[in-house]
Amino acid sequence: MAERMLWLAQESALALRRMLALFLACGMFLPAIAADGGLARPVGDPAVEARVNRLAEDLRCLTCMGQSIADSQSSFSTDMKREIRTMIGAGKSDKDIMDFMVQRYGDFVLYRPPVKSTTWLLWGGPFLLLIVALAFLAAKLRKRSSQAVAQLSASEHRQAARLLGSREGENP
Amino acid sequence: MRRFLLPLAIFLVLVGFLAVGLQLNPREVPSPLIGKPVPAFRLAQLHAADKLIAPEDLRGKVWLLNVWASWCVSCKQEHPVLVDLARQNRVTLVGLNYKDERGAAINWLRQHGGDPYLVSAYDADGRVGIDFGVYGVPETFLIDKQGVIRYKHIGPITDEALKTRILPLAEELARG
Repeated sequence: MAERMLWLAQESALALRRMLALFLACGMFLPAIAADGGLARPVGDPAVEARVNRLAEDLRCLTCMGQSIADSQSSFSTDMKREIRTMIGAGKSDKDIMDFMVQRYGDFVLYRPPVKSTTWLLWGGPFLLLIVALAFLAAKLRKRSSQAVAQLSASEHRQAARLLGSREGENP
Repeated sequence: MRRFLLPLAIFLVLVGFLAVGLQLNPREVPSPLIGKPVPAFRLAQLHAADKLIAPEDLRGKVWLLNVWASWCVSCKQEHPVLVDLARQNRVTLVGLNYKDERGAAINWLRQHGGDPYLVSAYDADGRVGIDFGVYGVPETFLIDKQGVIRYKHIGPITDEALKTRILPLAEELARG
């Protein structure tokens, strides 16, 4: 019995020590992870970084599908951000930078594609659908309202009068 | 009966759009570089760091520029096809070793059936890759005698792609 108690005590001490080690490890690694995440982007002029981010918001990460370069941590996005940073450093305008990207990666790299012959359906499509749907609704409503005031034939009038009359007769 | 015709028609149109959409590969972004001159570069060669390679060196030749790297998984898949193509000697094959480490790249070639390239340009930081609009390795460009990009293949090259598209176009360009 005493032996068993001793074993239990030893076991729990070991577990406690393991837990403590784990906590310490977490405590040691967490700041390390945070620091690494911070170093991934060069620390520089915050105004430049803000411009990089604003431009990166409008560029698609071509390798990660449905993410902007600003949101993505992929190597493609990291390279693109580095390129934007270099171009800003060289004194290029926002338009120069966007043109540079489109020349290499095409309009698809832009999250706001320009309105032109190949993209008018993309921009106009939803409005076109809305107009079609509204026209359809208008036609439907007009049809319904004309049906509602449809004239009764003479025989229908007589039938209606009879039904109403009989009911009045039964309930004095 | 007629009241079901319109929803059915709309449904069929939708199915048509989805069917076409499913056939498209979202990773294949059409390159704006087709029909444009090949971007200028002057890079060190992979196997000889003191020698340079530039597109001007290939003037008068129809050549394929294959972007590859030792870290690229699908490059393993296309490598035997390229080695086979090099043996047939039908088109000049040039490599662009992209964001790689020189030793690792040379080793990789040794381990995967040899070096099919006439020469590989060593683009360590990927700057030249950006000028080519590279976003996923492997990618391959077909360039004509005047140095104009005529075709881009995204993803690993297959025998089928070579036979049906790349080689017929390359041979047509070589004649013209």
